[in-house]
Amino acid sequence: MKEKVISVRKLSKFFGKGFVAVDAISFDVFTGEIFGFLGPNGAGKTTTIKVLTTLLSPSSGDATIFGYSVKNDAAKVRASVGVVPQEFTADEDLTGFDNALLMADLYGIPRKAAKQRIAELMDLVELSSAAKRKVSTYSGGMRRRLELAIGLVNHPKVLFLDEPTLGLDVQTRTAVWNYIKKLKNDYKMTLFMTTHYLEEADSLCDRVAIIDHGKIIKIDSPSDLKASIGGDIIQLAINDKNTDLSNLLKKVKGIKTVKKISDEYRIKVKAAETIAPKLITLISSKGYQVTKLSMTKPTLDEVYLEYTGRSLREEEASAGDMMAQRRTMRLSRS
Amino acid sequence: METSETASEKVLETRLLSRFLRGLWSLTNRDLKKWYLAPTILLISLIQPVVWLGLFGNAFNLGKIFTGTSFNIPGLNIPQSVLNSLGNTLLTNTFGTTSYFSFLAVGMLAFIVLFTSMMSGMSIVWDRRFGFLDKLLTTPVPRGSIVVAKILNGVIRSLAQAVIVLVIAVILGMTLTYVNTWSVIVTFGALFLLGFGMSSLFVLLALHSKDWQSQMAIANLLNLPLLFMSNAFFPVSEMPSWLQAVASVNPVSFAINIGRNALLGIPSSTPIIYDFAYLSIFAVALGAISIILSWKLLKD
Repeated sequence: MKEKVISVRKLSKFFGKGFVAVDAISFDVFTGEIFGFLGPNGAGKTTTIKVLTTLLSPSSGDATIFGYSVKNDAAKVRASVGVVPQEFTADEDLTGFDNALLMADLYGIPRKAAKQRIAELMDLVELSSAAKRKVSTYSGGMRRRLELAIGLVNHPKVLFLDEPTLGLDVQTRTAVWNYIKKLKNDYKMTLFMTTHYLEEADSLCDRVAIIDHGKIIKIDSPSDLKASIGGDIIQLAINDKNTDLSNLLKKVKGIKTVKKISDEYRIKVKAAETIAPKLITLISSKGYQVTKLSMTKPTLDEVYLEYTGRSLREEEASAGDMMAQRRTMRLSRS
Repeated sequence: METSETASEKVLETRLLSRFLRGLWSLTNRDLKKWYLAPTILLISLIQPVVWLGLFGNAFNLGKIFTGTSFNIPGLNIPQSVLNSLGNTLLTNTFGTTSYFSFLAVGMLAFIVLFTSMMSGMSIVWDRRFGFLDKLLTTPVPRGSIVVAKILNGVIRSLAQAVIVLVIAVILGMTLTYVNTWSVIVTFGALFLLGFGMSSLFVLLALHSKDWQSQMAIANLLNLPLLFMSNAFFPVSEMPSWLQAVASVNPVSFAINIGRNALLGIPSSTPIIYDFAYLSIFAVALGAISIILSWKLLKD
């Protein structure tokens, strides 16, 4: 049984009168996993992160991190988690190194240890050569990497990432993904991230919570989420058009339905990439040949549409959030 | 990587006071670094007092009206020396000194402290806007350090500016008869208290405002009245009684009073120790209020 790192129980956050940003959500995050919050702007993702990192206090309910309550043990929570906010928070007038050193000071890390640690972290995010330059000279990708390094300065066991690749170009995004994967694989960290990029949730997260209007609609692994709306589709054709292999194919484990439409078989499966080779082997063993094969995978986009009834492109957010996001996106592209 | 439990517990084991001081030192240093590492900002902040003292102080030279004029009453050929001594008596009776420029220079010391502390609140608004403040709040640094660092930053900047104003005033001809090490220490002690109280007030207001426009508006609403309703340009005794009432509780007047007594030997109507007590209460009260309220304001 895996250890619970984050445990959220009936957590709600209201703003002013009647605006419910987060509505009685409950979930657990286990050690060593990447847990993703997927939803459009204004769905309650950032509010949840802010409550979990003690920036906002919950209106009702509670959450614990390593058993420390965000309401009652805020100082202990702060000391044990790392945060990479959505915005670029590093001070532009200072160097990358000085920014990290300032944060290390605030975590109370002794100077000598801090300097060595920062050198290692700068190395990890490949910023060593730029560490002594002012942050205002950094590109968007460098800023994001610096934020990542700063978030790790207290060597947290759990790291919160709010929209870690917002506004980054495809190449830089892939690089940031690799760092995140490295943290999970090499350092056994637990990561909680929010995103509104479906492909990001798909390629990084072990489990995804779909959140909309402050409520969690579904929590599952990306592959199970996709499977839940029907699974992958394999289409294939064999050299003998007159034989019907449907009954034979149905017996393969993991196959849901097989339909023969004119010359082609349309097969619904759970995971196409592992079943397709089995089908080829099976068909060959019966003396036939596969002449055509294609696989279609449902995307999280369809999953999202299925569960929320709307596309992820429709966005609702407050003016302040949008302003902050625009600033991040502008700097990302510099 | 060492485990976070041992690391985080180690951090929290250290005493609150030492964590507070460490956070205070780092955060103050950060703000001051932004100031002294940016030559243009430093230069502009140096130019401001020069402009005020050099231009305003010389242009608004009241002493010139009373002495060294060619004015005379027709038919009564009053000798120039009599006119001059009459003018000097008038000046001494009104301002406590024959040098209006020196009188004004001390007012300018308080003025620059007032204006510079007002700006100290502004950086909090930017920190909030850029998410830096949120980032700070996710660290275990004591909340008080964040606020006190901003106050201290305002105080240090304004005292540095005041030193420059004093040096320029001396170069431009301020009377130095009474100036010695002690009078400078006493003056800057008073300016420190004024700066601390004013910085606390504006940091508190900045914590409350979510955008810099409203912070600017509040600063502009307060700074000129505070200045004109003080003894910076003109002695309180010559003001209408309602204005006297306001000026006599204005902390700016108290700091100027101390400075004029110490640097120019102008007698103070109340013992200097009372002025100091008043300023200390002002500084401590506003400092305490902003630290206490910061707990609430930083949370929202």
